[in-house]
Formats: sequence, C-alpha cells, structure tokens
Amino acid sequence: MSAEPGSLKRTQYRLGFWLLLAPIVLWLSLLIILPHIDMVLVSLRERVASRQYEFSFSNYTEFFTEPLYWNTFVRTAVMSIVATALTLIIAFPVSFYIAKVLSGKPKMALFILCLIPFWVSELVRTYGWMILLRETGLVSGALQWLGLVDQPVEMLYNDVAIMVGLIYTSMLFMVVPLVTTLDSLDKSLIEAGYDLGGSSWHVMKSIVIPHAMPGIMSGCIVVFMLTLGNYLTPTLLGGKDSLWFTEQIYTQFITRFNWEQGAAFGILLLVLSSLIVWLGLKITKQSFTRVMS
Amino acid sequence: MRSFRQFKYVTMFAAATAAFSVSAQAETLRLLTWGGYAPQDVVEQFEKETGIEVKVTLSNNEDMISKLRATRGAGFDLAQPSQDRIVSAQADFDIYKPMDLSKIETAKIIPSMLEATKKNTEFDGEVYGVPHVWGTSGLIVNRKTAATVKDYTDLCDDSLSGSVSYRLKRPTLIGFAFAMGEDPFAAYGDMEKYQAILDKVEEKLIDCKSNVKAYWSGGDALLNLMRSGEVSAAMAWDAGGWKLNAESPDITFVAPESGALGWIDTFVLPRKTKAEDAAYQWINFVMQPDVAARITESAGNFTASKGSDDFVNDTLKAQFKESFPQADLDNINWYPPVPAGLEEMEGKVLDRVKAAN
Repeated sequence: MSAEPGSLKRTQYRLGFWLLLAPIVLWLSLLIILPHIDMVLVSLRERVASRQYEFSFSNYTEFFTEPLYWNTFVRTAVMSIVATALTLIIAFPVSFYIAKVLSGKPKMALFILCLIPFWVSELVRTYGWMILLRETGLVSGALQWLGLVDQPVEMLYNDVAIMVGLIYTSMLFMVVPLVTTLDSLDKSLIEAGYDLGGSSWHVMKSIVIPHAMPGIMSGCIVVFMLTLGNYLTPTLLGGKDSLWFTEQIYTQFITRFNWEQGAAFGILLLVLSSLIVWLGLKITKQSFTRVMS
Repeated sequence: MRSFRQFKYVTMFAAATAAFSVSAQAETLRLLTWGGYAPQDVVEQFEKETGIEVKVTLSNNEDMISKLRATRGAGFDLAQPSQDRIVSAQADFDIYKPMDLSKIETAKIIPSMLEATKKNTEFDGEVYGVPHVWGTSGLIVNRKTAATVKDYTDLCDDSLSGSVSYRLKRPTLIGFAFAMGEDPFAAYGDMEKYQAILDKVEEKLIDCKSNVKAYWSGGDALLNLMRSGEVSAAMAWDAGGWKLNAESPDITFVAPESGALGWIDTFVLPRKTKAEDAAYQWINFVMQPDVAARITESAGNFTASKGSDDFVNDTLKAQFKESFPQADLDNINWYPPVPAGLEEMEGKVLDRVKAAN
C-alpha cells in the first residue's frame, strides 16, 4: 500500500515536467526547427521551368561563384564585427561606471537612461538619425549656422552612418550583461589589487576584465547576431551603397520571387554566423554554457 | 467526466465562433491594392450601399505576387497587379483565377483598354485581368535646378552630381534602354539580345552611380527628397510629379523624349478568393464615372472608366495636358507582358549595379 502514493506522486511529477516542457518544445519545433527544415528543402531546389523544380545544389554554388554575394557577406560580417567591438569599447566604461562607481538612486537613474531609447521602436530611432544627418537636417544646419561649413553637408548614406546607427541600436544589449557581471564583482577585490601595488591598468587587466569575460562574450554574441541580422538600419541609413546580406535575402524572396536562392542565403547566413561566434569563443577560450549562464 | 463535459462545451463554443466568423467573413472584401486606389470616402459609400465591409491592404507589384505566392492565392479576395506582371506570375505560381467577364459591366470601360488588357492577361485561353487605373513613369524635374533633363540618360549629366534619384527596379532598366536607343520590348522574346541590352544599361547605370543621391523605394520618400531640394531630378511616376507641382510650380512631371513608360493596373481574382461576388460588385462600383473620378483625384492617375474625365477637377487635367502634349501621348511605350525568366536576368543586373562603387 505504501508504494502506491509514491508512484502516483512520481507520475504526477513526470506529467508536470512534460507539461512545463511542452510550450518550449512546441515553440522550438513549430516555429524554429520545422521552418528551418523547410528552408533547407526549398534551398535545395532549382527552378527548371514554370512550376517545375529539380533537386540541385546550384543555389549554394551560386553564392560561392558569384563574387557579388560572397563580397556582400564578407562586408556584412566585417562591419558587424567592427560594430560589436566599437559597442564594447563604448559600453564598457559606461557599464563600469554604473556598476562600480555609482550606487543607489543615481545608479538606477543612469541605468534607466540607457534603457529609455528602447521604448520607441527601431524604425523610429532610425528615422531620428535620418532627420539629424540628412543634407537638410539638424547637424548640417547647425554646422552652417556656426559658420563651420558654407554649404549643406550630406552625412547620410555612407558606412559611417550605418555604423553609428548599428552601435546606437545595440548599445543596450551590451550594457545589460556587462552591468550584471560587473555588479557581481566584489569591490574588495579591486581594493586588494590596489593595496598590493597594482596600477589602474593592471587591476583592470588582471581582475576586472577576467571577471567580466562571460558578460563581455555574451554581450558580444547578442550584439553581433543582432547586427548581422539587422535589416532596417543598414538599408535606411546606408542608401545606395548599403549592401547588407539580409537585404540580399529580402530581395531574393520579395522582389525576385527566387525563394530557392533566398532560402540558400538564409541557411548560409545561419551557418556562417554560427561559425564566427564559435571562432570568437575559441579565441577567447570561453565556453558557450558559461557565457550564456 | 465533468472536465470532459466542460471540454465538450468549450469545443462546441469554439466551433460555433469559428462558424460565425466564417459567415461574417463572407461579407468582407479583402482588397490588395495600391495607395490611393481605394480612398476612404469611396469605401464608405460602397459599404453603405452593399453592406459589404472592405479591408484595404496597400502593396506594390512584387509584394502582391509574394504575398499571394506564400499562401498559394489565399488571404485576399481581389488584387490589383499591373497587366504585364500577371501572366508570368500565373505561369510560375498559379495564384490567380480567371475572370468571368459576363459579371462585369464592360460597357463602363474604355473599349481599347479593355481589349489591350484582355490580350495581355490571357493565359491558357482564359482572361485574368480587367483594367482599372493607368499612368506612366517618366521624369520628375525641378525646372530651376535641372532644366536640362529631357530624357532618362540626362540624369547622368555631370552637372547633377549627387542630386538624382531613381529606383533599382525593372522600370529603370527599361527606361534607360529606350533612352540609349534600344527597344527592350522588341527583345523580350530573344534572351540573348535582351542580355546584350541589359549589359549596356548596366554599364551606364554603374557610370551614373556617383550622380545618385539614394535609390528610392517608397513613393513618399522620393517626394520628400524632391520637396527638400536634396534631389533635383528623378525617375518616377507621373502622379507624384503632379502632386509636387500642386505644391511648388517649379517641380513637375516630364515625359522623356524616348517615351514615357505606360502601365495599366488591373483587377484580378486570387485563386482562393472567398468573396468573388463582392469582388465583382466592387469592380462595377468603382467603374462608375463619378466614383472613378474620385479615385483619380486620390491616386493622381486616370482610370479606364468611360466618361470619368468629365468629373475630374481642372487642375489635374491641366497638369496632364502640360506633361502630355498629343505627340508625347502617342510616344508612350506600353509594357507588354513579361516572359518568365526575364526578371531573373534583370535581378542580377540590379544586384551588380547596387554593389558597384
């Protein structure tokens, strides 16, 4: 008799486990895994005539043989890496100041100030930059008013504008993980470093940065992925030379009706970006599980 | 048992709601169209007269085909692609349903346009489209700063460095080809010849890139660039030019010397339309001359409705006459249906132009 309640409890426990797991499993399989399998299948077809498709790798060979697509991808990856590095360089002092120098209300206030721009959508923020940077925009007007230039200057539609937009868009995703990890660093460790005669640079290099490494890496991964997959900012701020890989995918799907090529590009973007992240983790000797915890 | 019974009630309730929403949907017309083609007052009058609710979704040619392709022709009851893009889309993706012309009051439509559209949208012996709004694309020019622009290729003139805009889409390729003395429409059937023309245009467009401020994609973005004076000449639709002309007389639409490009937007039925009768009702409703005139005023373009010109205001008529003297009107190059496969060739050219420095 004593065994029965126990086994009932166990089945209940097991049922609860599966019920709790169900939403995430459904979410992953229905919205992530199944569509990707379908994408792979679509990417392996080639249109031979109207309504006729054949199995082929041509969409993938197209990517590697047509320098245009390959160059666009390299350009997107390089610019994303640069944007990630710049975001880190700007966000690190900010996060350090918030986490270690300030406390109490000012700390909260500054943290919220970092958050506030994200209350409006990315589109609105990007249009904000366009209003500032365009030829008849605020910055150009201010420069003319100050007498620094004698005719309107165009600051939009170039790589610098894309970079500014990307960094601005991803700042928060770097600040939050950095503040979290830096918060967990005991201040007495920093003091001990100074007491033992370390310089500021030394303390930063051997105490703060090693401690913050998981936060740095997780921030970098998130920012890199967001930048690489960004569509709006490069298209709107980059103008005629924007050339972003996601734009290429969009064009293939929507304006060229070439789903097969678009799907192949999508899969390639997924594989190549995962490779870059893996390489980044290898180089900094971090493990994915530690970074993500 | 109790929970099972509850479950049963819930299912019944859900089924009842589903059935109800289906019957409610039969009284809705989901229209996939262009900006300005279904103005609010026309929609309201139609709803009042027929009791059919109209849901308008704004779109463009490529977007319409993509949307309908994704659902295999479901989700909308009536769509309005241009007449030259129907046959190839139907051949490749099977997203449309043939029109039953007996349900349309054809007497209200200008006969020459109806015939042309019938011919151009015929696939496997069935007609898919009836004409609605027509217009052209050509040049919008600021006469103060870019008076020299008379043809597409003039956009590449050195004096206009950094103040030109056009779209990276097929009309630009076609327009430049005509301006360079070629006839791309005649080469539609000959892939090799067409590729040769495209190569020439590609070279020209890459040369011309330093003149371009930005490649526009949305009509409103272009109008803003023209208004602010950042762009002084652009390749665009006539209606946009006339809209700007009403605001500032210096800017207007100019029919290029090599001929404006003429398009006709049509009505077609998506293959899985759920409100076919409502769709025919809408077509017949908007083809009434006075209703058509209101659409002309909102879209800026004239319609295929017979006699609607009499109801259109004088400003638009004057602007039309100024941009299109009879000779220019006869010179319009009307788009013939695009054969399948051509857009892929054009796509690669456009990609290369975009990537060039």
